[in-house]
Amino acid sequence: MVVRNWSFLFALVAVLSVAAFLYAPFSPDWWLPNPHSAPGHSVSSMGREIDLLFIVILLITGLVFIGTQVALVWEAFTFVDQLDEQGKPKRAASYFHGDNRLEIVWTLVPAVILVFITIYQFGTWARIKYPSRNPKVPPLAEITARQFQWVMRYPGPDGRLHSPDDLILINDLHFVKNQPTLIHLKSSDVIHSFFLPQFRLKQDAVPGLTIPVWFDSDTAGSFELACAELCGWGHYKMRGNVTVHETEAEFAKWTSERIGEQNRDQLDLATDGEAR
Amino acid sequence: MTSQVETSSSAPVGHGQGDDHIHPAPRNMLSRYVFSSDHKVIGVQFLSSGLIFFVIGGLLAMALRWQLAWPWKPMPILSRMLWSDPSLGYQMPPEFYAKLFTMHGTIMIFFVIIPILNGGFGNFLIPLMIGARDMAFPRLNMVSYWFMPPAMVFISYSFLVEGGAPEAGWTSYPPLTIARWATPGSLNGQTFWLLAVLCAGISSLLGAINYLTTILMLRAPGMTMMRMPMTVWGLFVTAILQAFALPVLTSALVMQTLDRVAGTNFFSPTGLAVANAPAVVGGGGPILFQHLFWFYSHPAVYVMILPGMGMVSDIIATFSRKPLFGYKPMVYAIGGIAGLGFIVWGHHMFQSGMNPAVGATFMLSTMMIALPSAIKVFNWLGTMWGGRIQFTTAMLNAVAFVAMFVIGGLSGIFMAASPVDMHIHDTYFIVAHLHYVLFGGSMFAIFAAVQYWFPKIFGRMMNEPLGKLHFFLTFITFNCTFYLMHIVGMHGHLRRIADPTVYESLRNSGVTNMNQFMTYSAFALGAAQILFAMNFFWSLAFGPRAAANPWHANTLEWETTSPPAYYNFARIPVVHHAPYEYSVPGLEVDFLPQTKPLPPAAMLHPVNS
Repeated sequence: MVVRNWSFLFALVAVLSVAAFLYAPFSPDWWLPNPHSAPGHSVSSMGREIDLLFIVILLITGLVFIGTQVALVWEAFTFVDQLDEQGKPKRAASYFHGDNRLEIVWTLVPAVILVFITIYQFGTWARIKYPSRNPKVPPLAEITARQFQWVMRYPGPDGRLHSPDDLILINDLHFVKNQPTLIHLKSSDVIHSFFLPQFRLKQDAVPGLTIPVWFDSDTAGSFELACAELCGWGHYKMRGNVTVHETEAEFAKWTSERIGEQNRDQLDLATDGEAR
Repeated sequence: MTSQVETSSSAPVGHGQGDDHIHPAPRNMLSRYVFSSDHKVIGVQFLSSGLIFFVIGGLLAMALRWQLAWPWKPMPILSRMLWSDPSLGYQMPPEFYAKLFTMHGTIMIFFVIIPILNGGFGNFLIPLMIGARDMAFPRLNMVSYWFMPPAMVFISYSFLVEGGAPEAGWTSYPPLTIARWATPGSLNGQTFWLLAVLCAGISSLLGAINYLTTILMLRAPGMTMMRMPMTVWGLFVTAILQAFALPVLTSALVMQTLDRVAGTNFFSPTGLAVANAPAVVGGGGPILFQHLFWFYSHPAVYVMILPGMGMVSDIIATFSRKPLFGYKPMVYAIGGIAGLGFIVWGHHMFQSGMNPAVGATFMLSTMMIALPSAIKVFNWLGTMWGGRIQFTTAMLNAVAFVAMFVIGGLSGIFMAASPVDMHIHDTYFIVAHLHYVLFGGSMFAIFAAVQYWFPKIFGRMMNEPLGKLHFFLTFITFNCTFYLMHIVGMHGHLRRIADPTVYESLRNSGVTNMNQFMTYSAFALGAAQILFAMNFFWSLAFGPRAAANPWHANTLEWETTSPPAYYNFARIPVVHHAPYEYSVPGLEVDFLPQTKPLPPAAMLHPVNS
């Protein structure tokens, strides 16, 4: 019996592996990152599609995992070599080299599943990344990554980028709820990656390229922007704030305040808070 | 030794298959054990240096895990001694963290797994398993090993140069690596990294040429390609991958070196200026390097797993006392993995800024490569079905390989799906995936292979109870260390960040607890390897003497003495049948060596499927 105990070790690891993913959806600290108000809900439309895909793949791979592990554990339990009192094996091993029909079955069935997964997600991929499918809106901002910050250039009142009234902020991304938003992503030194975990969005920022990136949000609030591509010693701290405004008016108010701040006289700033 | 040669060569020569062609072993100790052209000595050299670097790479990982569990908390003793000073309050400098993961990855891939599996076991096993006296080019083989010591010196010395070891990850993407002031490790360390990987690459390339020639030209009479053990098939296809993919990496490394030291602009875009350094002329493309790098480094993933798959196939068949299920599908699957392996590199670059339509193509090819991997798993399960499974330490490690490779393979499907990859790319989900393939796969294969072939290599048996204890602890702590990385990864925990608590979503008790649990497990995993080292050295000196064929296996290496004589076989063996004829009905014993003619009472099934 002792030799059979090894099958329990393999079973234990398999059971714990499945248990971790069964527990994950019930803990907001474990599951895909979402706001605390709605732990099961991604704020962006592409995020919801990606989550669905993730869950579909999790279910398919989970079933395959359970199937193979059950077979493995069962074999380790059933077919283990057991000796009788004379030290002779109680049972001889079977003698066969394979089975062509089985080979065909376990080639075709996974092939169909894999092609299904591939085709199932083509649409999502095209909708997210193809420039031809980007929302036809003027860019909200030009975001230039550099070691180790995000420089955000908003067009200002004239609506045009690279004009004298541009608003330039560091690590501060603002946009409006329920509006498809487009940015132009650049890098001025090494490769960085624009990652919005709660939006499931990631795109590398490459020096020499301007890459259009779009996203949206159905929830107002604050989120995080991370750099996902190793960019040097300070990579870990290249974090930005993301604020989604409830209404266009709120966003316009914020913009004009920031522009007012930017246009304040330097002398004013220096004597701030002092009596004139 | 010489007298044995004389006896065997004076024996009647029947087939004229080179029996009279035995060269005596060199008498000079230096040319016998150090600058040796004997494939067995070279194999042991690759194995030993690989295991030494396994210790170094493992210790680097421990320091990494400390910083992730308790960010910025000084590590007792080591912080003071090695990487910090009082002005930092003995905290780990963030650039040192980057050096740690860069060197951990580089060492484990280029100095441990590839050299042990291909250089170590490839060298030792290929001639023995196909019935040859040595490699086709013994001196080239020696050169291939002696490219490793300079590589080891370069990679270790990089810690000591100004700016310290490289910090750009084992992937070394420019412009971070070519702009010297981009990060301290790019000042000088990166140049040493490039030289080290270049030397390791040349070593692999020379080995690959040798393996291909040897397997094609030096097989014993009767050893057709379809009678070769899966280990040889794995190593053969690996050698094809190395021979055709490595030149691309080599040219990419040379270009990056020139960008660093000769002012060329292969990978720097027009007007690039990093860290306020003067702008360069530019005109190159940073993404070009990624294409060239992954054109090698994705096949390299298979370089690190195919030999393991082959060895595990042999070990599972031997200890199930059963023919391998579906020999030909297994061979075709290895071929399929290798063929598809050349057209999937773009899945590392879905988010790189490459045209997303190209990404869609790579998504399809990547999904398809899961297919041969699945076929292999099913065939291993089929091999165990109805067998008489003997849970030796080698078998336990081989079964663990199958169980863990299933996890590593299935998690790969998530990142093959490019929209899902958008979320998990560059997170700990990837780190979990690659460790399930490279530790759960390659390292368990190495443990299995060491335990299985140790008697043949050193002539002594390893200790079984100690081996089983090592397996038990390693299997448990490995899963405790790496499984939860899937969870923190899908929660958005980035890889390569020195301090997760910078991000609000990673500052909660769930992630912190998991990080600390993984660190404790990693320390236990590291400590468990001490048992392996003890077993290795104790058995080397005091293990019981091994018989020629202690596992009652069929393949040719077991038909000579343990350890084999300098000339491997007194007479070149003649091969009569396929390698996995175990438990043939009508035979008294449950194995039938490839060299033994079939007794009239028995009949073999054709290896058809």
